[in-house]
Amino acid sequence: MENNKFLDIKGLNVSFYTQKGVVRAVRDLDLWINKGETLALVGESGCGKSVTASSIIRLIPSPPGKIESGEIFLDGQDILKLSEEEMQKIRGDKISMIFQDPMTSLNPVFKIGDQIAEIFITHYGLKKKEALERAVEMLDMVKIPSPEKRVKSYPHQLSGGMRQRVMIAMALASPHPGIMIADEPTTALDVTIQAQILDLMKELQEKIQMSLLLITHDMGVVAEMASRVAVMYAGRKVESADVYSIFEKPFHPYTVGLLNSMPSNEKYKHNARLEAIEGNVPNLLEIGDGCPFENRCKYAKDICRNKFPEIKDMGNNHHVWCHFAGELNF
Amino acid sequence: MYKFILKRVGMLFPTLFGVITLVFFMLALSPGEPARVILGERANKEAVEKLNAELGLDKPMHVQYVIYLKKVVQLDFGRSIKTGQRVIDEIKSRFPATIELAIFSMILASVAGIFIGVISATKRYSLLDYVSMFGALFGVSMPVFWLGLVLIIIFSVNLNLLPTGGRMDIRYYFVPITNFYILDGLIHFFKSGDLGVFLSAVTHMILPAVTLGTIPLAIIARITRSSMLEVLKQDYIKTARAIGTPEHKVIFKYALRNALLPVITVIGLQFGMLLAGAILTETIFAWPGIGKWLYHAIESRDFPAIQGGIIVISTCFVLINLFVDLLYSVINPKIRTE
Amino acid sequence: MSFLKLFKSENVANNSESIWYENWQLLKKNKSAMFGLYIIIFFVLIAIFAPVVAPFDPYAQNIDIRKLPFFSWPYILGTDDFGRDILSRIIYGARISLVIGFISVSISLIFGSFIGLISGFYGGWIDKISMRIIDIMLAFPYILLTIVIVALLGPTLLNAMIAIGIARLPQYARIMRASVLAEKAAEYVEAEKSLGVGNVELMFRSILPNCLAPIIVQATLGVGSAIIESAALSFLGLGAQPPTPEWGLMIASAREFVSSAWWIVTFPGIAILFVVLGFNLLGDGIRDVLDPRLKD
Repeated sequence: MENNKFLDIKGLNVSFYTQKGVVRAVRDLDLWINKGETLALVGESGCGKSVTASSIIRLIPSPPGKIESGEIFLDGQDILKLSEEEMQKIRGDKISMIFQDPMTSLNPVFKIGDQIAEIFITHYGLKKKEALERAVEMLDMVKIPSPEKRVKSYPHQLSGGMRQRVMIAMALASPHPGIMIADEPTTALDVTIQAQILDLMKELQEKIQMSLLLITHDMGVVAEMASRVAVMYAGRKVESADVYSIFEKPFHPYTVGLLNSMPSNEKYKHNARLEAIEGNVPNLLEIGDGCPFENRCKYAKDICRNKFPEIKDMGNNHHVWCHFAGELNF
Repeated sequence: MYKFILKRVGMLFPTLFGVITLVFFMLALSPGEPARVILGERANKEAVEKLNAELGLDKPMHVQYVIYLKKVVQLDFGRSIKTGQRVIDEIKSRFPATIELAIFSMILASVAGIFIGVISATKRYSLLDYVSMFGALFGVSMPVFWLGLVLIIIFSVNLNLLPTGGRMDIRYYFVPITNFYILDGLIHFFKSGDLGVFLSAVTHMILPAVTLGTIPLAIIARITRSSMLEVLKQDYIKTARAIGTPEHKVIFKYALRNALLPVITVIGLQFGMLLAGAILTETIFAWPGIGKWLYHAIESRDFPAIQGGIIVISTCFVLINLFVDLLYSVINPKIRTE
Repeated sequence: MSFLKLFKSENVANNSESIWYENWQLLKKNKSAMFGLYIIIFFVLIAIFAPVVAPFDPYAQNIDIRKLPFFSWPYILGTDDFGRDILSRIIYGARISLVIGFISVSISLIFGSFIGLISGFYGGWIDKISMRIIDIMLAFPYILLTIVIVALLGPTLLNAMIAIGIARLPQYARIMRASVLAEKAAEYVEAEKSLGVGNVELMFRSILPNCLAPIIVQATLGVGSAIIESAALSFLGLGAQPPTPEWGLMIASAREFVSSAWWIVTFPGIAILFVVLGFNLLGDGIRDVLDPRLKD
């Protein structure tokens, strides 16, 4: 198991130094993904999942952000120790990333062909003409019709779904695709397009045997795509397991809340009533050392306010961080 | 896009019409009689009335207006009271000097301004950033004519490095061909191997160009910086970095092209404003362009000249603005491909 | 740009504190803006207390002490070609410059904002005609427009102030109009209308306060511009007339002494530089507070 890990994050701490104080966006995070596996990282906005993604690819704006400590092993190498130049070589090569909003992720004043071609120029050392030809191939691979024509279009001439396909094409163009990080890839798209994009990603992933870190707050997407799931809340990981266990037998109250707030779907065993989780996410500026979910948790006791839970192994690689894991009836 | 162009060009005519009309009313309604100005305070009544009739100033306002419109359209602005020359000829002969100065000032301002703006944006929070931006703030906080005088004090009077004024050393005799002295200087050099004319033209140009260009430089630097900062925050820059594009390409190719869009508009507008602002700088440096000519016209209450000068300069300003708008629509792919 | 922020109190524990106070607190943190404010206060004070602060009468001519250089005690900044103490003239000039700034900006602000408010709110032919006139005014290079207006009114300092005020009002009109149009589309307007709130009240009580932010920024920066523009008009002989100690006029009259008495030219300009710098710093700071999106 150990040596199959393509991505291995250990003890990641990321903070933002703002005018109003220090925001601890990610705390003591451990995460790993095996080769060819899909890990879903779920949680609501602000829980630190996007920051985690940006940390892996080392594109945290700094200032004000700072990776305080931790190790991120990519294919055996700690990439946090690399210089910026070395990191630049890895980006778009072993790691690719696609972002949430396809509307803004593409450069409006350059043709999409040129933007895809950039990868071939940078990583393959091709000349512009050949790079553009490869770009056409990529567009074909993501099933964009008339790729030879489309390659000369500007982003604003494409629909949201097509733009996201272009992003996927760019991610797949890398010479040694190891891991793709997809930050809410379908959130900004229509429901019908969502399914197409997800199918495309699955197909391509299987073809190339690429790991996928899928960041989302949509449990439906998780069910479609993931083999393992990690749940984050207020900067910390609170539960992780394979996808079936998460849905069948969640142990953390927050995970249960997340599942309960999904619109009803027979695929999932939990009750069909929408249940909003009461309360608000704690202010990351003032967060203490207790369990961050304490103020919203029905089952919270004093110990929850004072101490963050230790890891509890529930068997079958299912881990929870809750003082009362296994004792609660949902 | 063509619809946009047509619309913009169509707006040109009412605007110019408005400009011309406003100038007419300015002079028609201003206190002081032109005839009296021409003839002097002590002229007798009959002479004044006679001149009034000659100048057509005794006719009712609306008649005067129509006559005026007819003449303006033919570029007939009458004759200068001071020199008796045709106003349009005086303007034409002085145009190249002003254009040359304006072009050099803008090139200086743009190149330096964009460069400073980009560096400030990429090295944000550094000493360089603070110094540049503070410097830019200084630049827009001073009257341009004062800056010119101070530069003269420092460089001409005290350091004796640069000439105090004029366009060319009087010692040099040469036949101007293009009337752009720097070009003529080069032509002269190619013909006779004598670099003197060219050097003289350049040294005379430096102080006025720096003076005239300082404010645009400051403005361009500031807007380039803020535009770059705005662009660097965008997702597509993150994408460019995520695919491993080398940083210098990210900044100077992918970011800059986006950031320059508003900057180009500003450059164009500044150029237009320069033409008008030249009135102060040219006067200080005795630069024989339209600005200085207009200054003297105002000083001597030379109404036909003032009228002609303002109309011509304003028209140029309007045309430049139109050109900038059209240019923007071409550069911005979003508008171009509609 | 959402200026609804003016009425949203974010993360303030005590919600009864007014928004203006909160913005002021934020502004205080901005060192350069505060520096600008101190400069302005300094000049305002010396303007108010000019008779006390100035060592000499700014109009007093004395042929014997003409063109005394910088630092000839007790004429700290020297004297000009009429023997007048430059420092005193600069101090009294502060009064004039601040009045220029205040009057010009007031004219532009009041009339420009009003036109913008009415145009934006009522739309229709009022809007079309106003915007046409504004466009024509904007078709002139700024300096020429002020020259045209001063020519119409006659060359005095007061007319220069009026001219500057009128020439700048298109900007205020446009800003106000844009803000009004944006606010008109906001939900609270519909809500208030459905409650039966009348047009005038809606316009002044509800919409107007939300549009003030960019106007305030423009006005602060505008004071600085007005002072520079008035200096330019004085230079052209179209503004302040001798022997008024207006800074621009002082510079213009001393042109010929560039080689013989540089201090007559230099110091009034330094005064202008600092005052305008002050307003620019403050204006930038206010802009950063009221629309932090632009900053970071």
